Amino acid sequence: MAGKVFAVVVVLVTLVTAYCVVTHVWWMPVDISVHGPKIDHQIEETILVAGLLFIAGQIVLASFVFRYGGATGKPKQIPGGAKPLVIFAFVLVGTEVLALSFIGSKAWGAVYFEAPDPSSLRIDVQAGQFAYYFRYSGPDGKFGPLHPELINEGNQNYFGLDPDHDPDAKDDIVTAEIGIPVNKPILLTLHSKDVGHSFYVRELRVQQDFVPGLSIPVHFTAIQTGRYEIVCTQLCGLGHYNMKAYLSVLSQSDFDDWLKKQAAMQ
Amino acid sequence: MKTHQRIGATVFALLLIVAGLLRSTPGVRATAMGQVTGTVKLDGPAPHQKPIDMSKDPSCAQTRGGAPASGENVVVGTDGGLANVVVYISQGLNGDIPVASKPVTFEQKGCQYVPHVVAVNPGQHMTILNDDKTMHNIHPDPKPGGGNNAFNKSQLGGGPSLDVTWTAEEIAIPVKCNVHPWMHAFIVVVKGPNGVSGGNGSFKLENVPPGTYTLTAWHETYGTQSQKVTVAEGKPVTADFTFKAK
Amino acid sequence: MAETQVHAAHHAPSQGFIRKYVFSVDHKIIGIQYLTLSMVSAFIGMALSWAMRIHLAYPDFRIPILGWLSPNGAPNGLMTPEYYLSLMTMHGTIMAFFVLTAAPFAGFGNFVLPIQVGAADMAFPRLNMSSFWVTFVGFLLAAATFFIPDGPPLSGWTAYAPLSAVGSVAGPGQGLGQTLWVLSIAMFCVASLMGALNFIVTTLDMRTKGLTLSRLPLSTWAWFIDAWVSLLAFAVLLPCGLLLALDRLGGTSFFIPGGLVFNDQLQPHSGGSPLLFQHLFWFFGHPEVYIIILPAFGIVSHIFPTFIRKPLVGGWKVITFAEIAVGTLSFVVWGHHMFVSGMSPFMAMVFSVPTLFITIPSVIAVLVWVFSLYGANIRFDTPMLYSLGFVSLFITGGIGGFFLAQPSTDSYLHATSFVVGHFHFTMGLSAIFATFAGFYYWYPKIFGRTMNEKLGKLHFWLSFVGVYCVFITLHLTGFAGSVRRYSAFVDDFMIPLMPAQRFMTISALLLGAAQFIFLFNAIWSRFKGPKSSDNPWGATTLEWATTSPPPFDNFGGRQLTVYHGPMEYDDEASVMQTSPEASIAGT
Ligand code: HEM
Ligand SMILES: [Cu+2]
Ligand SMILES: [Cu+2]
Repeated sequence: MAGKVFAVVVVLVTLVTAYCVVTHVWWMPVDISVHGPKIDHQIEETILVAGLLFIAGQIVLASFVFRYGGATGKPKQIPGGAKPLVIFAFVLVGTEVLALSFIGSKAWGAVYFEAPDPSSLRIDVQAGQFAYYFRYSGPDGKFGPLHPELINEGNQNYFGLDPDHDPDAKDDIVTAEIGIPVNKPILLTLHSKDVGHSFYVRELRVQQDFVPGLSIPVHFTAIQTGRYEIVCTQLCGLGHYNMKAYLSVLSQSDFDDWLKKQAAMQ
Repeated sequence: MKTHQRIGATVFALLLIVAGLLRSTPGVRATAMGQVTGTVKLDGPAPHQKPIDMSKDPSCAQTRGGAPASGENVVVGTDGGLANVVVYISQGLNGDIPVASKPVTFEQKGCQYVPHVVAVNPGQHMTILNDDKTMHNIHPDPKPGGGNNAFNKSQLGGGPSLDVTWTAEEIAIPVKCNVHPWMHAFIVVVKGPNGVSGGNGSFKLENVPPGTYTLTAWHETYGTQSQKVTVAEGKPVTADFTFKAK
Repeated sequence: MAETQVHAAHHAPSQGFIRKYVFSVDHKIIGIQYLTLSMVSAFIGMALSWAMRIHLAYPDFRIPILGWLSPNGAPNGLMTPEYYLSLMTMHGTIMAFFVLTAAPFAGFGNFVLPIQVGAADMAFPRLNMSSFWVTFVGFLLAAATFFIPDGPPLSGWTAYAPLSAVGSVAGPGQGLGQTLWVLSIAMFCVASLMGALNFIVTTLDMRTKGLTLSRLPLSTWAWFIDAWVSLLAFAVLLPCGLLLALDRLGGTSFFIPGGLVFNDQLQPHSGGSPLLFQHLFWFFGHPEVYIIILPAFGIVSHIFPTFIRKPLVGGWKVITFAEIAVGTLSFVVWGHHMFVSGMSPFMAMVFSVPTLFITIPSVIAVLVWVFSLYGANIRFDTPMLYSLGFVSLFITGGIGGFFLAQPSTDSYLHATSFVVGHFHFTMGLSAIFATFAGFYYWYPKIFGRTMNEKLGKLHFWLSFVGVYCVFITLHLTGFAGSVRRYSAFVDDFMIPLMPAQRFMTISALLLGAAQFIFLFNAIWSRFKGPKSSDNPWGATTLEWATTSPPPFDNFGGRQLTVYHGPMEYDDEASVMQTSPEASIAGT
């Protein structure tokens, strides 16, 4: 009896889980980046491969428990013993795993091994407890140097710029929201002023940690205008859940206007 | 607040009572108290105050009803009155200086502090309120070793108020919210009567016992200025300050 | 070797309550002490998870007892974000260290291993006692954090630097709380190292006559392998913790780079590397999840043959080699926790491949369990139900691993609730299920009484369904991008997931409530349960060849000789390892 109940419960759980995954009850939001489809495809691929293993594993478990629960008489071993199982594991799982590594490395490579486009728009991103700030180089195309000791958030000097002494810093534009032109390659440089943080935009399929002491490049191209959430995914303290900013993907002309407005607010 | 602060405050209060009993003055002399009023002005153009972009937390804009926000390092009224200047008596108060019994309130409203500068006596209660929908953390940073304890504590939107006291005089303890990094304020802990200038630059010190004092005005950007005043029984005195714009 | 044996056999039973039950050198008492400590810890950890789950799904719900425990952290019973994170940190720390490293390894291992090898005690009984008491001091240090003004640390069980290294400027709980936490973990490391040495030496040197490695019970095999993994892993966590403590207390900068600014204050540190901390931590941290799961493998492999009435397919070899492979590979995969950490993207590939390959021995182990059921006569006593539950949960948990092992898919799922669902299945609840299996299985041996089967089964069904309801849902919200370690969901994005949050909370409360059935059963049976025979399950290993509970020296002075492997079962028939009869089953 217990065996039959167990089998039924396992099958039910398996089917409900599979149903929820296949019908996307809760699912990834739209994909707005050029590299994103590769990641989505890899996730679909893994769902297929791992999902089959999941269903097969649970169903076989359930059916053996169903069939042999409470059996009597002389027990027997599976014909062939363990050898076929080990071979199966090596061959089937091995190939599966190799295939995933191989295809997966392409998806990963598409994101990380491609050099950023030289024409990319460069934006500096600074994370700190518990907000992001963004910096555009302004007309001179140069970012002013950072002086951490000058950071004074109350005076809105979030980056520690010294425009009075550094000519490059004079026209830097610091914003609380990141605006980018659609279809244009973007190169972000991430750095943190205090602890580890992360830059996660679900729709962009981009997640990258900020590591204090390092400047970490991230590049992507967004292909759909809109306003998206950037959230912090690296535990950074009490305001972690409230650490966010918005990404506005704008048409080129809207972007130009937006940046002008931001420059005027400095 | 923090346990040791609470203990500190209690001990302080007890000491005051004991001190009072020991001196056992036969009845408190009912002197009529004086008053100092005045205006603080800024001489010259006020520096540009950057607008604040609060888009990081949409609930800020909601509670502000769309009112724009800008920095508050220098707030000048239409006729040149300089706000957020603390005026207090830096010399001349002797003996037991009574602690104001009414708590001061310090609010977080529309993702800014109201007031931006608050003056409080050591031992006086300070009530911290969060009128916003969002969470703020209150993170004052007093000088290490100065007698006041740093703390860092969050307060949920509409959450219960916090009660804080400070033990030592200190000018000025910066306070920040890290969730909204632009939020900053100063807490000035001074003994005796004090006042903070309002939007038109005017201030008022009440319950000043008669005597001659050094009156000091402190501003977060322009520093301090002092002058002598003599307060007579029941008669208000005026004292004005003018800070030079840099 | 001979000397230790003689010594262990001859240390006389201690007199007096303190010597006998508190500072006891008897491995059985120490085992029970570990089990008790982890049971207490498990209920604390569970209570913390309730508080978290309630807060996440019903943010306005007041929990008065929290307000009473910490008026600062939960004014009027409404927790602040920092208190949520403190509870989360302590939940993870308590569960991972004080429950799941303690119970299945140190707890059962201590009680059962010396008996299974036919020894009178551990090789180093005094060292063994120290292991427990050092663990206990570690526990007290961790528990003390709840009673200090700022409360426990909020940096998670991973305590990433520099959040954990710079002190109270980084937030409430990061002052004294984090310091106590580091010291607690350092204590735990020392205790685990001492325990691991003891397990290794006991297994190698104290085996009774005829107990060759190929005749070793599978649980002892797993503890033995696990001891090696512990020895190597905790030997890295200990210095890592000490360096962190130095950064915090000694002004060094091992993990803190220059130019950090907190609350507008430049920090007086320079030259350290936060990534170094992550590497050291995960060099320990990944083996740690195998330290948790390997004893579970062993317990389940040990229980299976008794209740399927035949040997495991592949005998002792296949499953044991799978365990050795898992244990070994676990040392070269740590970087999969750091795919998006800023480590070189080439290294991500380097770590991804062994991570995917570690699934092969794991799959072999699962295949061994599942295909051993083929042609078996399965008996569904509670220990077996829990073992079957373990297999199902472990399969489900393992599936999530495929997504997190690949840098490309991990870059979307990393730090979402998908990860939380995954590790709760694989290391959390699987290991808990195996621990329950072991508990129901060895309870008669430990206390001489049997637990109530009806309550045991009810406990199983509620737990099994409850676990799936909570942790599958976490996977699903993870796909939707729900971020972990959030104390509230204020994003436009997260708010639509609230129905799922509420479903999980209600399921978690039911799941937790079911554990009180277990608690009642365990305590009630201790005094009122039917007396157990020496070998109630008809098993074959040495712990069943002595009385229940065993005498002080385990076998009443008998020197046993072993003639068989541990899996001599054939339907109703079975042959004790100590029986000189002929063998009845292959391998
Ligand atoms: C009673 C069932 C349990 C429930 C309802 C539960 C619930 C939770 C929740 C809500 C979190 C926070 C997730 C987040 O937002 O990151 C969490 C984290 C965690 N849990 Fe559990 N848990 C349970 C059992 C366990 C067990 C048995 C373990 C044993 C290993 C465990 C280990 C952990 C760990 C290591 C963390 C991560 C803590 C961190 O992020 O630092 N949990 N759990
Ligand atoms: Cu963050
Ligand atoms: Cu705030």
